[in-house]
Amino acid sequence: MIHPSHFTAVLLFSLFTSVVFGITMRTEPKQMVRYGAMCFGMFVGSAIVLSWLMFLIAR
Amino acid sequence: MATPSQTSAAAGGFQYGALLAGWLIPGGGHFLLRKWGRGGLLLASIGGMFFLGLAMQGKIYSNAHDILDMLGLAGDLGNGLLYLLARVAGWGADSVQVTSADYGRAFIVVAGLLNVIAAVDAHNLAIGRKKS
Repeated sequence: MIHPSHFTAVLLFSLFTSVVFGITMRTEPKQMVRYGAMCFGMFVGSAIVLSWLMFLIAR
Repeated sequence: MATPSQTSAAAGGFQYGALLAGWLIPGGGHFLLRKWGRGGLLLASIGGMFFLGLAMQGKIYSNAHDILDMLGLAGDLGNGLLYLLARVAGWGADSVQVTSADYGRAFIVVAGLLNVIAAVDAHNLAIGRKKS
């Protein structure tokens, strides 16, 4: 049994989801890599931004 | 340029082989179309997500008492044979008791939803709706 931190779970979720999105949403390998990387960045970036927003609101 | 499997599927006959294979086995539809690299990545991603979910003691939905359970069950069913295997082997937790188990539950449900997307992509490739 594993107990990842919330951020590790975000990274794993973003990685796997971005790979599938990249393969299924684009036709050319180069576009797949670019789209997958963009999805990964958006997932992780939005998680960080929302986390800071919630932290600041809770203070 | 269409591959032989694409042209035969487009010409007629049973056109849902890739869709069915993709649902039953993550990446199976792409393997059927001889797209080994994409199929392998899909298998690794969706299978990895499913088994990580199980390793986090994620819940496997077996019945539905309310609308959220129904949605979770629908997501789990997207995993195809992996879901069946988990049910038969008794993998997964019956209820969510720790935080990481809730992450695991989400991983398993999302793996099923991603598997449906991958299966539909394989179907689109097979019928020629998606070019390559």
